[in-house]
Amino acid sequence: MIEFRQVTKRYGSDHTALRQVNFGLERGELVFLTGHSGAGKSTLLKLIMVMERPSAGEVIVGGQVLNTLPRRQVPYIRRHIGVVFQNHQLLFDRTVFDNVAMPLEVMGTPARDIGRRVRAALDKVGLLSKEKMNPLQLSGGEQQRVGIARAVVNKPPVLLADEPTGNLDPDLSADIMRLFAEFSQVGVTVLIASHDIALINDLGRRTLTLDHGRLTAGVGAAGSWHG
Amino acid sequence: MANESRRQQSRGAKSGRSPWREQAESYLSHHHKVARDSARRLWQSPLASMMTWTVMGVALALPVALMLLLASLEGVSAGWESSARVTAYLGDSVSIDEAQALKATVTDDSRVAEVELIDRDTALEEFRASSGLEDALDYLDENPLPHTLLVTPSESSRTADGVEMLLTVVEGLDGVERVQVDLGWLQRLNAMTDLLGRAVWALAMLLAAAVVLVIGNTVRLAIENRRDEILVAKLVGGTDAFVRRPFLYTGAWFGLGGGIVALILLQLSLWWLSGPVERLAGLYRSEFSLNGLSLDGALALIIAAMLLGWLGAWLAVKRHLDDIEPGEIAGG
Ligand SMILES: Nc1ncnc2c1ncn2[C@@H]1O[C@H](COP(=O)(O)OP(=O)(O)OP(=O)(O)O)[C@@H](O)[C@H]1O
Ligand SMILES: [Mg+2]
Repeated sequence: MIEFRQVTKRYGSDHTALRQVNFGLERGELVFLTGHSGAGKSTLLKLIMVMERPSAGEVIVGGQVLNTLPRRQVPYIRRHIGVVFQNHQLLFDRTVFDNVAMPLEVMGTPARDIGRRVRAALDKVGLLSKEKMNPLQLSGGEQQRVGIARAVVNKPPVLLADEPTGNLDPDLSADIMRLFAEFSQVGVTVLIASHDIALINDLGRRTLTLDHGRLTAGVGAAGSWHG
Repeated sequence: MANESRRQQSRGAKSGRSPWREQAESYLSHHHKVARDSARRLWQSPLASMMTWTVMGVALALPVALMLLLASLEGVSAGWESSARVTAYLGDSVSIDEAQALKATVTDDSRVAEVELIDRDTALEEFRASSGLEDALDYLDENPLPHTLLVTPSESSRTADGVEMLLTVVEGLDGVERVQVDLGWLQRLNAMTDLLGRAVWALAMLLAAAVVLVIGNTVRLAIENRRDEILVAKLVGGTDAFVRRPFLYTGAWFGLGGGIVALILLQLSLWWLSGPVERLAGLYRSEFSLNGLSLDGALALIIAAMLLGWLGAWLAVKRHLDDIEPGEIAGG
Protein backbone atom coordinates (compact mmCIF):
# COMPACT_ATOMS: atom_id res chain seq x y z
CA MET A 1 0.00 0.00 0.00
CA ILE A 2 2.83 2.33 0.94
CA GLU A 3 6.39 1.86 -0.22
CA PHE A 4 9.53 3.95 0.28
CA ARG A 5 12.51 3.23 -1.97
CA GLN A 6 15.82 4.81 -0.98
CA VAL A 7 14.02 7.97 0.06
CA THR A 8 16.16 10.91 1.09
CA LYS A 9 14.74 14.25 2.14
CA ARG A 10 16.94 17.29 2.53
CA TYR A 11 15.76 20.65 3.82
CA GLY A 12 17.91 23.35 2.30
CA SER A 13 21.38 22.27 1.25
CA ASP A 14 22.79 21.07 4.57
CA HIS A 15 20.04 19.54 6.66
CA THR A 16 19.05 15.96 5.90
CA ALA A 17 15.81 14.88 7.60
CA LEU A 18 15.58 11.39 6.02
CA ARG A 19 18.42 9.26 4.64
CA GLN A 20 17.84 6.41 2.22
CA VAL A 21 14.72 5.14 3.90
CA ASN A 22 13.38 1.79 2.66
CA PHE A 23 10.22 0.09 3.86
CA GLY A 24 6.83 -1.16 2.77
CA LEU A 25 3.41 -1.39 4.39
CA GLU A 26 0.78 -3.93 3.43
CA ARG A 27 -2.92 -3.37 3.23
CA GLY A 28 -4.55 -3.68 6.65
CA GLU A 29 -1.27 -3.34 8.54
CA LEU A 30 -1.05 -1.18 11.65
CA VAL A 31 2.50 0.10 12.10
CA PHE A 32 4.11 2.51 14.55
CA LEU A 33 6.76 5.03 13.68
CA THR A 34 9.01 6.13 16.53
CA GLY A 35 12.23 7.99 17.08
CA HIS A 36 13.65 10.91 19.02
CA SER A 37 12.40 14.40 18.45
CA GLY A 38 13.68 15.62 15.12
CA ALA A 39 14.30 12.08 13.86
CA GLY A 40 12.14 12.72 10.80
CA LYS A 41 8.80 11.11 11.72
CA SER A 42 6.61 14.02 10.62
CA THR A 43 8.72 14.46 7.52
CA LEU A 44 8.06 10.87 6.54
CA LEU A 45 4.31 11.34 6.93
CA LYS A 46 4.42 14.57 4.94
CA LEU A 47 6.07 12.75 2.07
CA ILE A 48 3.14 10.33 1.95
CA MET A 49 0.69 13.27 1.97
CA VAL A 50 2.69 15.01 -0.78
CA MET A 51 3.10 17.99 1.51
CA GLU A 52 6.78 17.57 0.79
CA ARG A 53 8.57 15.94 -2.12
CA PRO A 54 11.56 13.61 -1.65
CA SER A 55 15.01 14.87 -2.63
CA ALA A 56 15.88 11.40 -3.90
CA GLY A 57 14.23 7.99 -4.08
CA GLU A 58 10.62 7.05 -4.66
CA VAL A 59 7.49 7.25 -2.56
CA ILE A 60 4.74 4.95 -3.81
CA VAL A 61 1.19 4.98 -2.44
CA GLY A 62 -1.45 2.63 -3.80
CA GLY A 63 0.75 1.88 -6.80
CA GLN A 64 1.16 5.58 -7.66
CA VAL A 65 4.67 6.99 -7.73
CA LEU A 66 4.21 10.33 -5.99
CA ASN A 67 7.53 11.95 -6.99
CA THR A 68 6.39 12.99 -10.41
CA LEU A 69 2.74 13.60 -9.55
CA PRO A 70 1.65 16.93 -11.02
CA ARG A 71 0.50 19.51 -8.48
CA ARG A 72 -3.11 19.47 -9.59
CA GLN A 73 -3.29 15.69 -9.01
CA VAL A 74 -2.23 16.02 -5.38
CA PRO A 75 -5.77 16.63 -3.97
CA TYR A 76 -6.98 13.36 -5.50
CA ILE A 77 -4.21 11.41 -3.74
CA ARG A 78 -5.08 13.11 -0.46
CA ARG A 79 -8.65 11.93 -0.75
CA HIS A 80 -7.33 8.39 -0.35
CA ILE A 81 -5.37 9.24 2.77
CA GLY A 82 -6.92 10.12 6.10
CA VAL A 83 -4.76 12.12 8.52
CA VAL A 84 -4.94 12.83 12.23
CA PHE A 85 -2.66 15.32 13.94
CA GLN A 86 -1.95 15.98 17.56
CA ASN A 87 -3.23 19.46 17.00
CA HIS A 88 -6.33 18.07 15.38
CA GLN A 89 -7.08 21.05 13.12
CA LEU A 90 -10.80 21.22 13.76
CA LEU A 91 -12.59 24.35 12.66
CA PHE A 92 -14.35 26.17 15.46
CA ASP A 93 -16.69 28.19 13.25
CA ARG A 94 -18.86 25.16 12.49
CA THR A 95 -20.43 22.16 14.12
CA VAL A 96 -18.87 18.76 14.71
CA PHE A 97 -21.00 17.46 11.85
CA ASP A 98 -19.71 20.07 9.41
CA ASN A 99 -16.12 19.41 10.46
CA VAL A 100 -16.46 15.73 9.76
CA ALA A 101 -18.27 16.40 6.48
CA MET A 102 -15.40 18.38 4.93
CA PRO A 103 -13.64 15.49 3.13
CA LEU A 104 -16.97 14.52 1.57
CA GLU A 105 -17.73 18.07 0.55
CA VAL A 106 -14.47 18.54 -1.30
CA MET A 107 -15.29 15.35 -3.21
CA GLY A 108 -18.72 16.66 -4.20
CA THR A 109 -20.61 13.90 -2.41
CA PRO A 110 -24.41 14.32 -2.72
CA ALA A 111 -25.97 15.84 0.40
CA ARG A 112 -27.96 12.81 1.54
CA ASP A 113 -24.91 10.54 1.35
CA ILE A 114 -22.99 13.11 3.39
CA GLY A 115 -25.49 12.87 6.26
CA ARG A 116 -25.42 9.11 6.28
CA ARG A 117 -21.64 8.75 6.12
CA VAL A 118 -20.87 11.50 8.65
CA ARG A 119 -23.21 9.87 11.17
CA ALA A 120 -21.63 6.49 10.52
CA ALA A 121 -18.15 7.95 11.20
CA LEU A 122 -19.31 9.78 14.34
CA ASP A 123 -21.00 6.62 15.56
CA LYS A 124 -17.75 4.76 15.08
CA VAL A 125 -15.91 7.15 17.42
CA GLY A 126 -18.83 7.29 19.85
CA LEU A 127 -19.80 10.92 19.28
CA LEU A 128 -23.06 10.58 17.40
CA SER A 129 -24.92 12.48 20.11
CA LYS A 130 -22.63 15.51 19.75
CA GLU A 131 -22.92 16.15 16.03
CA LYS A 132 -24.61 19.53 16.50
CA MET A 133 -22.12 20.86 19.04
CA ASN A 134 -19.22 23.16 18.38
CA PRO A 135 -15.85 21.38 18.76
CA LEU A 136 -14.92 23.98 21.39
CA GLN A 137 -17.55 22.47 23.67
CA LEU A 138 -15.83 19.07 23.57
CA SER A 139 -13.01 17.71 25.72
CA GLY A 140 -9.52 17.13 24.29
CA GLY A 141 -10.14 13.44 23.80
CA GLU A 142 -13.48 14.07 22.13
CA GLN A 143 -11.91 16.63 19.80
CA GLN A 144 -9.27 14.11 18.89
CA ARG A 145 -11.99 11.60 18.06
CA VAL A 146 -13.77 14.13 15.88
CA GLY A 147 -10.45 14.49 14.04
CA ILE A 148 -10.36 10.74 13.57
CA ALA A 149 -13.95 10.66 12.35
CA ARG A 150 -13.03 13.30 9.79
CA ALA A 151 -10.01 11.27 8.70
CA VAL A 152 -12.02 8.11 8.06
CA VAL A 153 -15.36 9.51 6.90
CA ASN A 154 -14.62 8.88 3.22
CA LYS A 155 -13.22 5.40 3.95
CA PRO A 156 -9.64 6.04 2.83
CA PRO A 157 -7.42 3.00 2.30
CA VAL A 158 -4.62 4.71 4.24
CA LEU A 159 -4.75 6.39 7.63
CA LEU A 160 -1.83 8.43 8.97
CA ALA A 161 -1.60 9.79 12.51
CA ASP A 162 1.06 12.14 13.91
CA GLU A 163 1.17 12.00 17.73
CA PRO A 164 -2.56 11.27 17.92
CA THR A 165 -2.38 10.66 21.66
CA GLY A 166 0.08 13.45 22.38
CA ASN A 167 -1.62 15.06 25.35
CA LEU A 168 -4.28 12.55 26.28
CA ASP A 169 -4.36 10.45 29.44
CA PRO A 170 -3.48 6.73 29.15
CA ASP A 171 -7.08 5.52 29.15
CA LEU A 172 -8.05 7.83 26.33
CA SER A 173 -4.89 6.94 24.44
CA ALA A 174 -5.72 3.26 24.71
CA ASP A 175 -9.25 4.00 23.45
CA ILE A 176 -7.90 5.77 20.44
CA MET A 177 -5.41 3.03 19.69
CA ARG A 178 -8.27 0.53 19.83
CA LEU A 179 -10.07 2.60 17.22
CA PHE A 180 -7.04 2.53 14.94
CA ALA A 181 -6.76 -1.23 15.40
CA GLU A 182 -10.40 -1.59 14.31
CA PHE A 183 -9.73 0.34 11.14
CA SER A 184 -6.76 -1.82 10.29
CA GLN A 185 -8.93 -4.90 10.77
CA VAL A 186 -11.23 -3.75 7.99
CA GLY A 187 -8.28 -3.35 5.63
CA VAL A 188 -7.09 0.20 6.26
CA THR A 189 -3.32 0.64 6.32
CA VAL A 190 -2.56 2.61 9.49
CA LEU A 191 0.73 4.37 10.22
CA ILE A 192 1.05 6.08 13.60
CA ALA A 193 3.96 8.34 14.54
CA SER A 194 4.34 8.41 18.30
CA HIS A 195 6.73 8.98 21.20
CA ASP A 196 4.67 6.89 23.53
CA ILE A 197 6.96 3.86 23.79
CA ALA A 198 4.97 2.27 26.63
CA LEU A 199 1.78 2.31 24.62
CA ILE A 200 3.53 0.96 21.54
CA ASN A 201 5.15 -1.88 23.46
CA ASP A 202 1.78 -2.76 24.99
CA LEU A 203 0.27 -3.27 21.60
CA GLY A 204 3.16 -5.33 20.26
CA ARG A 205 2.85 -4.17 16.69
CA ARG A 206 5.46 -3.76 14.00
CA THR A 207 7.44 -0.59 14.72
CA LEU A 208 9.59 1.50 12.41
CA THR A 209 12.29 3.37 14.31
CA LEU A 210 14.00 6.44 12.94
CA ASP A 211 17.33 7.72 14.21
CA HIS A 212 18.60 10.96 12.72
CA GLY A 213 16.73 10.23 9.53
CA ARG A 214 17.84 6.61 9.23
CA LEU A 215 15.49 3.71 9.59
CA THR A 216 17.10 1.45 12.23
CA ALA A 217 14.36 -1.07 13.00
CA GLY A 218 11.15 -2.51 11.65
CA VAL A 219 12.11 -2.51 7.98
CA GLY A 220 11.16 -6.06 7.18
CA ALA A 221 9.02 -6.98 10.14
CA ALA A 222 6.05 -7.85 8.01
CA GLY A 223 8.33 -9.80 5.75
CA SER A 224 6.31 -9.93 2.58
CA TRP A 225 6.28 -6.31 1.41
CA HIS A 226 8.96 -6.72 -1.26
CA GLY A 227 7.05 -9.46 -3.06
CA MET B 1 1.02 -3.49 -4.63
CA ALA B 2 -0.62 -4.35 -7.93
CA ASN B 3 -3.68 -5.52 -6.08
CA GLU B 4 -3.79 -2.26 -4.22
CA SER B 5 -3.69 -0.18 -7.33
CA ARG B 6 -6.48 -2.23 -8.86
CA ARG B 7 -8.48 -1.70 -5.73
CA GLN B 8 -7.95 2.01 -5.97
CA GLN B 9 -8.95 2.04 -9.58
CA SER B 10 -12.15 0.23 -8.76
CA ARG B 11 -12.82 2.86 -6.13
CA GLY B 12 -12.45 5.45 -8.85
CA ALA B 13 -14.67 3.49 -11.18
CA LYS B 14 -17.30 3.26 -8.49
CA SER B 15 -17.58 7.01 -8.14
CA GLY B 16 -17.56 7.34 -11.94
CA ARG B 17 -20.44 4.91 -12.27
CA SER B 18 -22.81 7.05 -10.21
CA PRO B 19 -24.99 8.79 -12.80
CA TRP B 20 -23.55 12.01 -14.12
CA ARG B 21 -26.85 13.65 -13.41
CA GLU B 22 -26.35 13.14 -9.71
CA GLN B 23 -22.79 14.45 -9.98
CA ALA B 24 -24.00 17.54 -11.78
CA GLU B 25 -26.73 18.12 -9.24
CA SER B 26 -24.32 17.82 -6.39
CA TYR B 27 -21.92 20.19 -8.16
CA LEU B 28 -24.67 22.75 -8.69
CA SER B 29 -25.93 22.46 -5.15
CA HIS B 30 -22.38 22.96 -3.95
CA HIS B 31 -22.11 26.15 -6.03
CA HIS B 32 -25.43 27.27 -4.67
CA LYS B 33 -24.29 26.64 -1.11
CA VAL B 34 -20.96 28.40 -1.57
CA ALA B 35 -22.62 31.39 -3.24
CA ARG B 36 -25.15 31.70 -0.44
CA ASP B 37 -22.51 31.25 2.21
CA SER B 38 -20.28 33.95 0.70
CA ALA B 39 -23.20 36.36 0.54
CA ARG B 40 -24.11 35.59 4.14
CA ARG B 41 -20.57 36.35 5.26
CA LEU B 42 -20.78 39.79 3.64
CA TRP B 43 -24.04 40.46 5.45
CA GLN B 44 -22.50 39.42 8.72
CA SER B 45 -20.06 42.33 8.63
CA PRO B 46 -22.41 44.95 7.20
CA LEU B 47 -20.27 47.98 7.97
CA ALA B 48 -17.13 46.69 6.31
CA SER B 49 -19.10 45.39 3.34
CA MET B 50 -21.01 48.64 3.00
CA MET B 51 -17.75 50.58 2.93
CA THR B 52 -16.33 48.39 0.18
CA TRP B 53 -19.57 48.66 -1.76
CA THR B 54 -19.54 52.45 -1.44
CA VAL B 55 -15.94 52.79 -2.55
CA MET B 56 -16.72 50.59 -5.51
CA GLY B 57 -19.98 52.40 -6.20
CA VAL B 58 -18.30 55.82 -6.31
CA ALA B 59 -15.48 54.52 -8.49
CA LEU B 60 -18.00 53.05 -10.94
CA ALA B 61 -20.53 55.89 -10.86
CA LEU B 62 -17.99 58.59 -11.72
CA PRO B 63 -16.96 57.40 -15.20
CA VAL B 64 -20.49 56.27 -16.02
CA ALA B 65 -21.85 59.70 -15.07
CA LEU B 66 -19.25 61.36 -17.31
CA MET B 67 -20.12 59.03 -20.16
CA LEU B 68 -23.79 59.88 -19.82
CA LEU B 69 -22.98 63.58 -19.79
CA LEU B 70 -20.85 63.15 -22.88
CA ALA B 71 -23.59 61.26 -24.67
CA SER B 72 -25.95 64.13 -23.90
CA LEU B 73 -23.40 66.66 -25.20
CA GLU B 74 -23.00 64.71 -28.42
CA GLY B 75 -26.74 64.89 -28.85
CA VAL B 76 -26.49 68.66 -28.56
CA SER B 77 -23.72 69.05 -31.11
CA ALA B 78 -25.72 66.88 -33.50
CA GLY B 79 -28.62 69.30 -33.04
CA TRP B 80 -26.47 72.29 -33.85
CA GLU B 81 -24.81 70.72 -36.82
CA SER B 82 -28.15 70.48 -38.59
CA SER B 83 -28.71 74.19 -38.16
CA ALA B 84 -25.28 75.26 -39.41
CA ARG B 85 -25.43 77.94 -42.07
CA VAL B 86 -22.79 79.52 -44.22
CA THR B 87 -22.86 83.30 -44.44
CA ALA B 88 -21.23 84.80 -47.58
CA TYR B 89 -20.50 88.55 -47.59
CA LEU B 90 -20.25 89.90 -51.13
CA GLY B 91 -17.83 92.56 -52.26
CA ASP B 92 -18.82 96.29 -51.98
CA SER B 93 -18.78 96.67 -55.72
CA VAL B 94 -21.19 93.81 -56.37
CA SER B 95 -24.52 95.15 -57.57
CA ILE B 96 -27.87 93.75 -56.52
CA ASP B 97 -28.30 92.09 -59.98
CA GLU B 98 -24.95 90.38 -59.72
CA ALA B 99 -25.91 89.27 -56.23
CA GLN B 100 -29.13 87.74 -57.61
CA ALA B 101 -27.06 85.88 -60.22
CA LEU B 102 -24.71 84.59 -57.55
CA LYS B 103 -27.66 83.43 -55.51
CA ALA B 104 -28.94 81.46 -58.51
CA THR B 105 -25.50 79.87 -59.05
CA VAL B 106 -25.23 78.77 -55.45
CA THR B 107 -28.78 77.47 -55.36
CA ASP B 108 -27.96 75.18 -58.28
CA ASP B 109 -25.33 73.38 -56.21
CA SER B 110 -26.62 70.01 -55.03
CA ARG B 111 -25.05 70.45 -51.64
CA VAL B 112 -27.22 73.47 -51.00
CA ALA B 113 -30.76 73.29 -49.71
CA GLU B 114 -31.66 76.96 -49.70
CA VAL B 115 -30.13 80.37 -50.29
CA GLU B 116 -31.45 83.63 -48.93
CA LEU B 117 -30.24 86.98 -50.24
CA ILE B 118 -30.17 89.86 -47.80
CA ASP B 119 -29.49 93.09 -49.68
CA ARG B 120 -27.44 95.79 -48.04
CA ASP B 121 -30.39 98.08 -47.25
CA THR B 122 -32.34 95.39 -45.48
CA ALA B 123 -29.20 94.43 -43.64
CA LEU B 124 -28.75 97.98 -42.43
CA GLU B 125 -32.33 98.17 -41.27
CA GLU B 126 -31.95 95.00 -39.32
CA PHE B 127 -28.72 96.14 -37.86
CA ARG B 128 -30.19 99.47 -36.91
CA ALA B 129 -33.10 97.78 -35.18
CA SER B 130 -31.08 95.20 -33.29
CA SER B 131 -27.92 97.09 -32.36
CA GLY B 132 -29.38 100.19 -30.72
CA LEU B 133 -26.82 102.30 -32.57
CA GLU B 134 -29.43 104.20 -34.64
CA ASP B 135 -27.97 107.64 -33.86
CA ALA B 136 -24.45 106.64 -34.62
CA LEU B 137 -25.50 105.03 -37.90
CA ASP B 138 -27.16 108.29 -38.96
CA TYR B 139 -23.74 109.92 -39.09
CA LEU B 140 -22.56 107.53 -41.79
CA ASP B 141 -22.65 108.89 -45.35
CA GLU B 142 -23.23 105.58 -46.96
CA ASN B 143 -24.28 102.07 -46.08
CA PRO B 144 -21.13 100.15 -44.94
CA LEU B 145 -22.81 96.78 -45.19
CA PRO B 146 -22.45 94.46 -48.23
CA HIS B 147 -25.07 92.20 -49.78
CA THR B 148 -25.15 88.90 -47.98
CA LEU B 149 -26.06 85.31 -48.96
CA LEU B 150 -27.29 82.94 -46.27
CA VAL B 151 -26.60 79.39 -47.49
CA THR B 152 -28.27 76.42 -45.82
CA PRO B 153 -26.54 73.13 -46.62
CA SER B 154 -28.61 70.25 -47.91
CA GLU B 155 -29.41 67.39 -45.55
CA SER B 156 -26.48 65.25 -46.63
CA SER B 157 -23.95 68.03 -46.21
CA ARG B 158 -24.86 68.88 -42.66
CA THR B 159 -21.74 67.40 -41.19
CA ALA B 160 -18.61 69.20 -40.09
CA ASP B 161 -16.81 67.99 -43.24
CA GLY B 162 -19.72 68.70 -45.54
CA VAL B 163 -20.10 72.23 -44.30
CA GLU B 164 -16.38 72.82 -44.70
CA MET B 165 -16.54 71.66 -48.34
CA LEU B 166 -19.40 73.98 -49.07
CA LEU B 167 -17.50 76.78 -47.42
CA THR B 168 -14.52 76.48 -49.77
CA VAL B 169 -16.79 76.27 -52.81
CA VAL B 170 -18.69 79.43 -51.88
CA GLU B 171 -15.49 81.22 -50.94
CA GLY B 172 -14.10 80.53 -54.42
CA LEU B 173 -16.95 82.25 -56.19
CA ASP B 174 -16.36 85.58 -57.94
CA GLY B 175 -17.80 88.45 -55.97
CA VAL B 176 -17.72 86.70 -52.64
CA GLU B 177 -15.49 88.65 -50.35
CA ARG B 178 -15.63 86.70 -47.14
CA VAL B 179 -17.47 83.68 -45.79
CA GLN B 180 -18.26 82.84 -42.27
CA VAL B 181 -19.80 79.89 -40.48
CA ASP B 182 -20.23 78.70 -36.96
CA LEU B 183 -18.21 75.73 -38.05
CA GLY B 184 -15.22 76.70 -35.91
CA TRP B 185 -17.42 76.50 -32.90
CA LEU B 186 -18.86 73.21 -34.09
CA GLN B 187 -15.46 71.72 -34.63
CA ARG B 188 -14.36 72.85 -31.21
CA LEU B 189 -17.31 71.11 -29.64
CA ASN B 190 -16.65 68.00 -31.68
CA ALA B 191 -12.98 67.96 -30.83
CA MET B 192 -13.83 68.61 -27.24
CA THR B 193 -16.32 65.78 -26.91
CA ASP B 194 -13.79 63.57 -28.67
CA LEU B 195 -11.06 64.51 -26.24
CA LEU B 196 -13.42 64.28 -23.28
CA GLY B 197 -14.52 60.87 -24.49
CA ARG B 198 -10.95 59.64 -24.45
CA ALA B 199 -10.28 61.20 -21.06
CA VAL B 200 -13.38 59.53 -19.65
CA TRP B 201 -12.30 56.16 -21.00
CA ALA B 202 -8.84 56.61 -19.51
CA LEU B 203 -10.44 57.56 -16.21
CA ALA B 204 -12.76 54.58 -16.42
CA MET B 205 -9.80 52.27 -16.97
CA LEU B 206 -7.93 53.73 -14.01
CA LEU B 207 -10.94 53.48 -11.75
CA ALA B 208 -11.63 49.92 -12.92
CA ALA B 209 -8.05 49.04 -11.98
CA ALA B 210 -8.61 50.72 -8.61
CA VAL B 211 -11.78 48.68 -8.10
CA VAL B 212 -9.92 45.47 -8.93
CA LEU B 213 -7.19 46.37 -6.43
CA VAL B 214 -9.65 47.32 -3.69
CA ILE B 215 -11.53 44.05 -4.09
CA GLY B 216 -8.26 42.17 -4.33
CA ASN B 217 -7.12 43.61 -1.04
CA THR B 218 -10.44 42.95 0.66
CA VAL B 219 -10.41 39.38 -0.54
CA ARG B 220 -6.82 39.01 0.62
CA LEU B 221 -8.00 39.88 4.14
CA ALA B 222 -10.83 37.37 3.82
CA ILE B 223 -8.28 34.73 2.82
CA GLU B 224 -6.17 35.54 5.88
CA ASN B 225 -9.25 35.24 8.09
CA ARG B 226 -10.12 31.84 6.72
CA ARG B 227 -6.63 30.45 6.66
CA ASP B 228 -7.41 27.46 8.90
CA GLU B 229 -10.35 26.50 6.77
CA ILE B 230 -8.23 26.65 3.64
CA LEU B 231 -5.54 24.51 5.24
CA VAL B 232 -8.02 21.86 6.28
CA ALA B 233 -9.74 21.88 2.89
CA LYS B 234 -6.39 21.32 1.18
CA LEU B 235 -5.46 18.68 3.73
CA VAL B 236 -8.54 16.58 3.03
CA GLY B 237 -8.09 16.81 -0.72
CA GLY B 238 -9.84 20.00 -1.76
CA THR B 239 -8.76 21.05 -5.26
CA ASP B 240 -7.55 24.57 -5.95
CA ALA B 241 -10.86 25.27 -7.66
CA PHE B 242 -12.77 24.16 -4.58
CA VAL B 243 -10.70 26.34 -2.29
CA ARG B 244 -10.91 29.37 -4.57
CA ARG B 245 -14.64 29.20 -5.18
CA PRO B 246 -15.92 30.95 -2.03
CA PHE B 247 -13.53 33.84 -2.57
CA LEU B 248 -14.46 34.26 -6.22
CA TYR B 249 -18.09 34.42 -5.16
CA THR B 250 -17.15 36.95 -2.48
CA GLY B 251 -15.56 39.11 -5.19
CA ALA B 252 -18.62 38.84 -7.40
CA TRP B 253 -20.94 39.78 -4.51
CA PHE B 254 -18.77 42.79 -3.73
CA GLY B 255 -19.15 43.69 -7.40
CA LEU B 256 -22.92 43.29 -7.28
CA GLY B 257 -23.18 45.54 -4.22
CA GLY B 258 -20.83 48.09 -5.78
CA GLY B 259 -22.84 48.10 -9.01
CA ILE B 260 -26.08 48.69 -7.14
CA VAL B 261 -24.56 51.52 -5.10
CA ALA B 262 -23.29 53.05 -8.36
CA LEU B 263 -26.78 52.88 -9.87
CA ILE B 264 -28.27 54.53 -6.80
CA LEU B 265 -25.66 57.29 -6.87
CA LEU B 266 -26.29 57.90 -10.58
CA GLN B 267 -30.03 58.04 -10.10
CA LEU B 268 -29.69 60.43 -7.15
CA SER B 269 -27.39 62.84 -8.98
CA LEU B 270 -29.59 62.74 -12.06
CA TRP B 271 -32.60 63.61 -9.98
CA TRP B 272 -30.67 66.35 -8.21
CA LEU B 273 -29.35 67.88 -11.45
CA SER B 274 -32.34 67.48 -13.72
CA GLY B 275 -34.15 70.64 -12.49
CA PRO B 276 -31.26 73.06 -13.01
CA VAL B 277 -30.27 71.43 -16.30
CA GLU B 278 -33.75 71.84 -17.71
CA ARG B 279 -33.80 75.49 -16.71
CA LEU B 280 -30.37 76.09 -18.26
CA ALA B 281 -31.31 74.28 -21.46
CA GLY B 282 -34.50 76.31 -21.57
CA LEU B 283 -32.51 79.55 -21.37
CA TYR B 284 -30.38 78.49 -24.34
CA ARG B 285 -33.35 77.09 -26.23
CA SER B 286 -31.35 73.91 -26.46
CA GLU B 287 -32.68 70.38 -26.75
CA PHE B 288 -30.07 69.39 -24.20
CA SER B 289 -31.34 66.89 -21.67
CA LEU B 290 -29.55 64.62 -19.21
CA ASN B 291 -30.36 61.00 -19.84
CA GLY B 292 -30.08 58.33 -17.20
CA LEU B 293 -29.01 54.73 -17.79
CA SER B 294 -31.35 52.55 -19.76
CA LEU B 295 -32.33 49.18 -18.35
CA ASP B 296 -29.74 47.52 -20.60
CA GLY B 297 -27.13 50.00 -19.44
CA ALA B 298 -27.94 49.36 -15.79
CA LEU B 299 -27.68 45.63 -16.36
CA ALA B 300 -24.38 46.05 -18.19
CA LEU B 301 -23.04 48.19 -15.35
CA ILE B 302 -23.94 45.54 -12.78
CA ILE B 303 -22.45 42.74 -14.84
CA ALA B 304 -19.27 44.75 -15.43
CA ALA B 305 -19.06 45.46 -11.69
CA MET B 306 -19.44 41.77 -10.86
CA LEU B 307 -16.78 40.85 -13.39
CA LEU B 308 -14.40 43.42 -11.91
CA GLY B 309 -15.06 42.06 -8.42
CA TRP B 310 -14.51 38.55 -9.63
CA LEU B 311 -11.28 39.58 -11.34
CA GLY B 312 -10.00 41.29 -8.19
CA ALA B 313 -10.80 38.20 -6.14
CA TRP B 314 -9.15 36.00 -8.72
CA LEU B 315 -5.93 38.03 -8.56
CA ALA B 316 -5.91 37.87 -4.75
CA VAL B 317 -6.62 34.16 -4.79
CA LYS B 318 -3.94 33.48 -7.38
CA ARG B 319 -1.45 35.50 -5.39
CA HIS B 320 -2.20 34.38 -1.82
CA LEU B 321 -4.14 31.12 -1.84
CA ASP B 322 -1.67 28.94 -3.64
CA ASP B 323 0.91 29.91 -1.00
CA ILE B 324 -1.12 28.29 1.75
CA GLU B 325 0.05 24.71 1.91
CA PRO B 326 -1.01 22.33 4.65
CA GLY B 327 2.62 21.30 5.27
CA GLU B 328 2.80 23.89 8.00
CA ILE B 329 -0.02 22.43 10.09
CA ALA B 330 1.56 19.00 10.26
CA GLY B 331 3.95 20.58 12.72
CA GLY B 332 7.00 18.95 14.27
N1 LIG C 1 10.13 22.78 6.75
C1 LIG C 1 11.34 22.47 7.28
N2 LIG C 1 12.42 23.20 6.95
C2 LIG C 1 13.64 22.89 7.44
N3 LIG C 1 13.87 21.87 8.28
C3 LIG C 1 12.83 21.12 8.65
C4 LIG C 1 11.51 21.38 8.18
N4 LIG C 1 10.69 20.45 8.70
C5 LIG C 1 11.45 19.67 9.47
N5 LIG C 1 12.74 20.07 9.45
C6 LIG C 1 13.85 19.42 10.15
O1 LIG C 1 13.87 18.06 9.80
C7 LIG C 1 14.12 17.26 10.94
C8 LIG C 1 13.04 16.23 11.13
O2 LIG C 1 11.86 16.91 11.47
P1 LIG C 1 10.51 16.16 11.81
O3 LIG C 1 9.48 17.17 12.01
O4 LIG C 1 10.26 15.15 10.78
O5 LIG C 1 10.87 15.47 13.20
P2 LIG C 1 9.96 14.56 14.11
O6 LIG C 1 10.59 13.23 14.12
O7 LIG C 1 8.58 14.66 13.68
O8 LIG C 1 10.15 15.27 15.51
P3 LIG C 1 9.10 15.41 16.71
O9 LIG C 1 9.06 14.11 17.39
O10 LIG C 1 9.69 16.47 17.55
O11 LIG C 1 7.81 15.79 16.10
C9 LIG C 1 14.25 18.19 12.13
O12 LIG C 1 15.62 18.36 12.42
C10 LIG C 1 13.66 19.49 11.64
O13 LIG C 1 14.38 20.58 12.17
MG1 LIG D 1 6.78 15.39 14.47
